Amino acid sequence: MSASSYDARFKVWRGDPGGGGLEDFKVEVNEGEVVLDIVHRLQATQVPDLAVRWNCKAGKCGSCSAEINGRPRLMCMTRMSVFERDEVITVTPLRAFPVVRDLVTDVGFNYTKARDVPAFVPPAGVGPGEYRMQQADVDRSQEFRKCIECFLCQDTCHVVRDHEENKGAFAGPRFLMRVAELDMHPLDAAAESGLDRKRAAQEEHGLGYCNITKCCTEVCPEGIKITDNALIPLKERAVDRKYDPLVWLGNKIRRRGE
Amino acid sequence: MATGTEPQPKSGTAPGGGVRDGTRAAIAAAHLRTDRWWLAPAATAAGLLAFVVYSTWRAFANADYYQAPYVSPFYSPCLADNCEPMRSGPNWEIFGSWWGLSPALLVLIFPLGFRLTCYYYRKAYYRGFWASPPACAVAEPHKKYTGETRFPLVLQNIHRYFFYAAVPVAGILTYDTVLAFRDEHYEWGHMGLGTLVFLVNIVLIWAYTLSCHSCRHIVGGKLKHFSRHPVRYRMWQWVGKLNARHMLLAWASLVSVALCDLYVYLLASSAFDDPRLF
Amino acid sequence: MSQVERQQWDVVVVGAGGAGLRAAIEAREQGARTAVICKSLFGKAHTVMAEGGIAASMGNVNSGDNWQVHFRDTLRGGKFLNQWRMAELHAREAPDRVWELETWGALFDRTPDGRISQRNFGGHEYPRLAHVGDRTGLELIRTLQQKIVSLQQEDFREFGDYEARLKVFQECTVTRVLKDGDRVSGTFCYDRETGRFFVLEAPGVVLATGGIGKSFKVTSNSWEYTGDGHALALLAGAPLLNMEFVQFHPTGMVWPPSVKGILVTESVRGDGGVLRNSEGKRFMFDYVPDVFKEKYAQSEEEGDRWYEDPDHNRRPPELLPRDEVARAINAEVKAGRGSPHGGVFLDVSTRMPAEVIKRRLPSMYHQFKELADVDITAEAMEVGPTCHYVMGGIAVDSDTAAARRVTGLYAAGEVAGGMHGSNRLGGNSLSDLLVFGRRAGLHAARYAAGLTARPVVDEAQVDTAAAEALRPFSAEGPEDGATPENPYTLHQELQQTMNDLVGIIRREAEMEQALEKLAELRVRARRAGVEGHRQFNPGWHLALDLRNMLLVSECVARAALERTESRGGHTREDHPGMDREWRRANLLCQLADPSGGLAATDPVRGQIDLVRVTTEPIRPDLLALFEKEELVKYLADEELYE
Repeated sequence: MSASSYDARFKVWRGDPGGGGLEDFKVEVNEGEVVLDIVHRLQATQVPDLAVRWNCKAGKCGSCSAEINGRPRLMCMTRMSVFERDEVITVTPLRAFPVVRDLVTDVGFNYTKARDVPAFVPPAGVGPGEYRMQQADVDRSQEFRKCIECFLCQDTCHVVRDHEENKGAFAGPRFLMRVAELDMHPLDAAAESGLDRKRAAQEEHGLGYCNITKCCTEVCPEGIKITDNALIPLKERAVDRKYDPLVWLGNKIRRRGE
Repeated sequence: MATGTEPQPKSGTAPGGGVRDGTRAAIAAAHLRTDRWWLAPAATAAGLLAFVVYSTWRAFANADYYQAPYVSPFYSPCLADNCEPMRSGPNWEIFGSWWGLSPALLVLIFPLGFRLTCYYYRKAYYRGFWASPPACAVAEPHKKYTGETRFPLVLQNIHRYFFYAAVPVAGILTYDTVLAFRDEHYEWGHMGLGTLVFLVNIVLIWAYTLSCHSCRHIVGGKLKHFSRHPVRYRMWQWVGKLNARHMLLAWASLVSVALCDLYVYLLASSAFDDPRLF
Repeated sequence: MSQVERQQWDVVVVGAGGAGLRAAIEAREQGARTAVICKSLFGKAHTVMAEGGIAASMGNVNSGDNWQVHFRDTLRGGKFLNQWRMAELHAREAPDRVWELETWGALFDRTPDGRISQRNFGGHEYPRLAHVGDRTGLELIRTLQQKIVSLQQEDFREFGDYEARLKVFQECTVTRVLKDGDRVSGTFCYDRETGRFFVLEAPGVVLATGGIGKSFKVTSNSWEYTGDGHALALLAGAPLLNMEFVQFHPTGMVWPPSVKGILVTESVRGDGGVLRNSEGKRFMFDYVPDVFKEKYAQSEEEGDRWYEDPDHNRRPPELLPRDEVARAINAEVKAGRGSPHGGVFLDVSTRMPAEVIKRRLPSMYHQFKELADVDITAEAMEVGPTCHYVMGGIAVDSDTAAARRVTGLYAAGEVAGGMHGSNRLGGNSLSDLLVFGRRAGLHAARYAAGLTARPVVDEAQVDTAAAEALRPFSAEGPEDGATPENPYTLHQELQQTMNDLVGIIRREAEMEQALEKLAELRVRARRAGVEGHRQFNPGWHLALDLRNMLLVSECVARAALERTESRGGHTREDHPGMDREWRRANLLCQLADPSGGLAATDPVRGQIDLVRVTTEPIRPDLLALFEKEELVKYLADEELYE
């Protein structure tokens, strides 16, 4: 053990759908390490069958989502140096999703919701290679496409975290953001095909459940301003369709004029 | 495959299952946060409560709101007969003499509605007062949650109408600030400490009003192609910069408007004389 | 054992990275019922780590670009060892593959006239890489993922079932390709979550499993990169090609130790970053090899002017192909001119304003800030070589991506060999995934559709595969009663061995030593044991992956020992020069026991046989794209005068 190493105290949740609990561990920590390194050391030296998901270990794939000291985070991007050496560090699986084993949860909810959002509709008469879009027009959607689908926003959102019964009606921040991304895509032809994404956000994907308390933005490891740039603009767009008689009237008149 | 994408069986869990739902990792605690997560909602609640108490007292007081050339922003414009005469001030007696309550109540409804439906204040009071949620990853105490899908909270969607109303209100307060460049004898070209207080307040009020999310949507956010509307795009970017500080501006303007009123109160109740600069 | 669940599909794609997903999309669009099977969650494949861009000669930024120039750059980068037909198809088809992504919703960075922006990269003559900041791989994987979802939505409208014709089996592993005679009959798989076995019966199997980097200690690759596809092909009887060529990316992080190896994108250099040693010198000017002398700047001033005026200046040597830069960094560190943590300095902070750095390299900024506490807008990064990519792989037919000797087996992406020759250019991998992913899916679907009788899955093979997969649970120590081997320990020893003995600079004695060590590990790996049960048990998963890593590691070591020259991603200290005679030689690895069994073979002889074959001559019209003076540096005399 080098001079900068020390033994940290960890509590890691172990178990499966049948039950489980926090188990205590003492484990070596070296300079510059992150929580995922420690979990790997536990696997290699103490509990070889400790279940954990991970992939890139560089904050790019969004696999190693967990809750560290009660906060949803990526294990690979949580440095040990942010904790005191005598602090007990608690690691649990995501608490909004059904547990599979140890730190692994069933994130199928998210894949189901992804499938509920109608895909990009290519514009008619524009062939491959003919797409012309200005950078200014793609900036907004590009921000949302930075999403690495770690599902921390889905995990922290109280609409489903605290209310299992809302899972049917509510798509969650990640997939409402996907609706916003497509609605802001300069060439998406959903409207021409008869699909109103603004209305669908409210009626199909549960936008109204969001009470913009911003936890999704707080936990986003990519720093995407989910609430300010996706959810609130989407709410305003839904208002245009559903709650603003002036906009409704204006559109009606303009359409008549065309 | 539980991580597959087969449709999930309708969970038969009772409302309020939440983090203790049978399928989730068996952890009894409502949260495992070790930081002082309660500090932010507590501070928010305390701050908002203090303002509510102060402004309720002042709004119902119906006194000490005018000391030439300054009129309290709580009482401007004055829309009833029973207002104190303010020379060249916004006295528009639309409501005539039948209104017997404090004239502030007629006006405050607009800023109150604007702030009540504001996207930032919603977050603040949902968290601070309603604990929905109290903080991120801290279980909320409610059994049921329908968000803003039903009456009355579905009315939050009319925020933009309060924004439309907030613009003339800010305009009138701007007019009041211009009037503050007079002295107590209504002579132009003078300034007192009060003028500075009014100036700071009106800048913050405008900044808060224009940084509104609805404003951002209206000036340009609703567009699909920014590149075809360069002026609105520029405005959207500009509002966006302000919008990033919406929370800060919400608090700063809340404090400044209260201070502005307090300043007038102190002058009107003769607790204090306005130091004249020139 | 025969109660293993079976499903019937037309095409099974193993791997859900760029190549796998593109293959699946194509197979499904050709009408084949297609299953995708991947070890991670859908959308997490290693492709997300690709940063720089997709190379395609669209000519949006410099209209001088076309497929011929791209082809030429690719062959130069690969030191003429590429399967030239693959390089040709790749250069010709890459633009279409990129444009098609836009019709599926991809949003690339734009040029001022609204087309796809393209950036400079090492070895590419013109700005050629379509990109999205420095997260192009994420955009690629997400676009393909969303295209798959949109196809599933179509099927839902038509059949009421999202998975009627296209299904993703996520978090599942394939341990064997099953055969009926010489033909593929399906795959044997287990579900990582439950540990349950199942068989996907299919006449067409596309391997798209990526690379082998997890056999090395310092690597930019994720845990999935255990050479599964390479091993599956070998075990099924298909040979691997030129496995000695392993690319060490010149710029990986070196500090702190826990992130050692994580990639620092080449775009840092493409956008103006420079390499300096501890003396502050831009040392790359001393390392321009003869074959590239005319193409690269001789002075810092000229190199700097190139960023503004590429038509009248030559590019700085920081943008040499990766093998050259990696070797140069290695040499500087060895000569004692390295940075404090054993790398060199890569600096953008003095070259661009902080705002520009944050906009153009956002994830690099983020990565260094979060993981190393280094602000790259204010100070230099420390970087060093990291194992990044294997150019070798399954030997395939250039046009159809079909593996040799096994009917119905296809391979695309990193797992396929030949396209990149001895060294891959940055940006050519993403385009490779799309071009050959599509071709593999197309031909697998056509093959499946053309069959009158489907191959039959043999019960005995299923039982054998199940027994093999369960062995770690019944592992016993040797006779003296010692405890079973810990798979994590074996893996660490393997990584150390490959890193130290078959790494970036190779020597004959060390590789012989490596082969001995691999033999020892192979014997010990048979005793690798696991605790617990089959549900989501990482120790068990690793024990099974060890078989694959040991197989491919042996291929790399044997081929590297055999090739007595230095070329691209293969550098021999004892044979430092490139040998024109070796250009025509391809080394094929095949299983010593052709029955596909892995008996405890003689440790010295090993499991792999090496065969040397001569390549097909390059087509004359493609050769004509090069100047004669250049060709003489690469081609043997008789090739030139044929």
